Amino acid sequence: MILDGKAPSGPLAQKWDKHRQDMKLVNPANKRKYKILVVGTGLAGGAAAATLGELGYNVEAFCYQDSARRAHSIAAQGGINAAKNYPNDSDSIFRLFYDTVKGGDFRAREADVYRLATVSNNIIDQCVAQGVPFARDYAGYLDNRSFGGAQVSRTFYARGQTGQQLLIGAYQALSRQVKAGSVKVHARREMLDLVVVDGQAKGITCRNLVTGQIESFWGDAVVLCTGGYVNVFYLSTNAMGCSVTAGWRAAKKGAFFANPCYTQIHPTCIPQTGDHQSKLTLMSESLRNDGRCWAPKKQGDNRAPGQIPEDERDYYLERKYPSFGNLAPRDIASRAAKEQCDDNRGVGPGGRGVYLDFADSIKRLGQEKIEERYGNLFQMYEKITDENGYKQPMRIYPAPHYSMGGLWVDYNCMSNLPGLFVLGEANFSVHGANRLGASALMQGLADGYFVIPYTIADYLARITPGKVTDAHPEFKASADAVKAEMDKLLAIKGKKTVSEFHRELGKIMWNNVGMARSDASLKEALKLIPALREEFWQNVNVTGGNGEVNQQLENAWRVADFLEFGELLARDALNRKESCGGHFRVEYQDKGEAQRDDENYCYAAAWEFKGVDKEPELHKEPLKFENIELAVRSYK
Amino acid sequence: MSGSAHGNMNLTLHVWRQKDAKDKGRLEQYEAKGISPDMSFLEMLDVVNEDLIKKGKDPIVFDHDCREGICGMCSQMINGIAHGPDTDITACQLHMRKFKDGDAIFIEPWRAKAFPVLKDLMVDRGALDRIIQSYGYTSAKTGGVPDGNAILISKENADLSMDAAACIGCGACVASCPNASAMLFVSAKVSHLGLLPQGEVEAARRVRAMVEAMDAEGFGNCTNHYECEATCPKGIKATFISRMNRELMKTIPCPPREVKAGGGA
Repeated sequence: MILDGKAPSGPLAQKWDKHRQDMKLVNPANKRKYKILVVGTGLAGGAAAATLGELGYNVEAFCYQDSARRAHSIAAQGGINAAKNYPNDSDSIFRLFYDTVKGGDFRAREADVYRLATVSNNIIDQCVAQGVPFARDYAGYLDNRSFGGAQVSRTFYARGQTGQQLLIGAYQALSRQVKAGSVKVHARREMLDLVVVDGQAKGITCRNLVTGQIESFWGDAVVLCTGGYVNVFYLSTNAMGCSVTAGWRAAKKGAFFANPCYTQIHPTCIPQTGDHQSKLTLMSESLRNDGRCWAPKKQGDNRAPGQIPEDERDYYLERKYPSFGNLAPRDIASRAAKEQCDDNRGVGPGGRGVYLDFADSIKRLGQEKIEERYGNLFQMYEKITDENGYKQPMRIYPAPHYSMGGLWVDYNCMSNLPGLFVLGEANFSVHGANRLGASALMQGLADGYFVIPYTIADYLARITPGKVTDAHPEFKASADAVKAEMDKLLAIKGKKTVSEFHRELGKIMWNNVGMARSDASLKEALKLIPALREEFWQNVNVTGGNGEVNQQLENAWRVADFLEFGELLARDALNRKESCGGHFRVEYQDKGEAQRDDENYCYAAAWEFKGVDKEPELHKEPLKFENIELAVRSYK
Repeated sequence: MSGSAHGNMNLTLHVWRQKDAKDKGRLEQYEAKGISPDMSFLEMLDVVNEDLIKKGKDPIVFDHDCREGICGMCSQMINGIAHGPDTDITACQLHMRKFKDGDAIFIEPWRAKAFPVLKDLMVDRGALDRIIQSYGYTSAKTGGVPDGNAILISKENADLSMDAAACIGCGACVASCPNASAMLFVSAKVSHLGLLPQGEVEAARRVRAMVEAMDAEGFGNCTNHYECEATCPKGIKATFISRMNRELMKTIPCPPREVKAGGGA
């Protein structure tokens, strides 16, 4: 099937305005008759639930954490982009749009990215009004910093805690609606199924993580804001609870999953110390504003960094990409770091690391300034590594961080299943094959505050509210299927723990479907993953019972889903015989630079689930570039 | 590579186990063997849990998520100190190098009337959400707000507001306080918003509503022990409590007037 992204016609800059005029509205008095379920309370979900509640809809929001304030958006450090052009450095909506499309290696839909750039400015205003304490200068104006893939300073920030502050802003707006009675928050609930009636999304099935009860919730529309899936690699910068479960369960009910192979490996994370490691910690990209990446020129050089003289250091990003330097995009910076380490010039234990050095900036600006900018990051680094980043360079290594792929959506953020909307990292829409720094926060809030409130009305206005409720037999069928799955997992009583399976899957994914992928490695993964999945269902040991808090059971279903989804990720990577952004196929490169094949692969790959152990069906959405010329991405 | 055998530790844990909210609960003893100093405290518990599963026992339940000190989910009293023996961090960022071979470690949940235990080390902190719902926000609607630079904010106030806004809502302040007071948490929100012109407009209403909600949830009062400040993982200062009291006092002679909304033309 050829998919249509339904981008409106007309000139790029007028598409969104025109579309807003063309869409249907729901009368204010009728809004409360519609019930909307919002799953996930990160930036996208929190913003959506707050805004939809404020508009008068009847909203129920869900999160697996104990509070809506804890979603993993909170961990974003560096900042949020907007095309304000406050620094007068020639920024514009078009430039932000262009940088984002180019940063994504020309694999995103033009119209969606342009809309994102347009509403970026509203986001900053909105957050300021909510009381987000963005950094200010002495005159009281908002301050900006630079991020990768851009030559302007368009990133707004709140120390190294920007994601936290934006999320708290959304959470507070949400709390205000809870008090007003328009939103009900169900914390400690995890969505385990999408209920589809006559091809339309009409509800969800959840497990109450405290009582173990399987609960049904009906709604006239379901909005998934459930984040990314890079925990498929086991070790990543994601929170422990982040999973593909909600999205994958929707995919198993018919929603197409697009571009799963586009995963972002972030260049600056604290290197792993041992097999006990449960997660990796990011060091914000903003550090590359003042930190310089380098590795020793000599192979196997194990002198302390201070002992290596200047002319024996390779500032490889500045050498390879002089015009962007240390602020090259993430995919490029990650590959460059891996190249150094593969060449036996890595540093630290196991040679899996490069230096991020602040000595020059401290000399130029003084330690106080660096502390003011990144104090909490240096503190975090010291707590984890027991090393002082002011006195010796930080050691960093790439780690899985973000997923550009996600459920396929059209311009309205609606999936191919009517009534199922997908926002933020959970969808595939705007970042193409690589996301630029400070753009995830922008997308989450854009979708939640300024896109879904308009586009969901156009859908709701066409249906009768409350026509399908949880009295419909599909709800019971869904709940029964979920209960049966829980019983099955608990009954296996095998020999290996859930974590052991997750670790093994992570190794398969990292070694074969990680930063460098080849025909052979992907075929290997496609052999290993189903075998591991089979073993899982024979030999996993899930302790505890059904009617109680059971964290092992929670992990078990998340890993079970990764064991199915990982295969799709590898399959998509095998299908895409080109390199673009975060997807690097070793066969398709020009001296280490990604080599796209626009003639054959300028499309979004949307996969239709056909059953476990069955080949999924590929649907293509051709990407048309009417305003940007497809070019080789150069940061040199 | 795994941490070298040299320097690895054997520890004795005394962990609070409680089946559910109704259970009385008790401390149980476990051995944690071969613990690397590079492990985080929660990774040490992961190791112990894997061992318990292998022995056919129920693993220890504890809240955790981001494991980088920002989500506020983890919540453990470690040797009687909220988040354990290191400063300015949460339990997930506490590293085992702070302990030594042979140590006994006591691990308990947050203890406060307003935080009932759900299981083992997991507690219900819904009371903090309800305090925020009482007025922990500005009433700005989505859309129709002025340009971000139309509101000038002095750097001093923006920075001080950010100091307060850094609160992660973990509840360590409550757990550390002999009165189980939530004053540091509430005052951080009152100050974060009250220090900004956008939030100052509603400051009087906010402080009254939030203090009322705090009292209704069963939190105690502040009697200047400063345990909250000492254990706050984000270094939030108790001076914010003084600031909140001042804001509250200001509303006593002239309380914010309740306005009944009327119909339009």
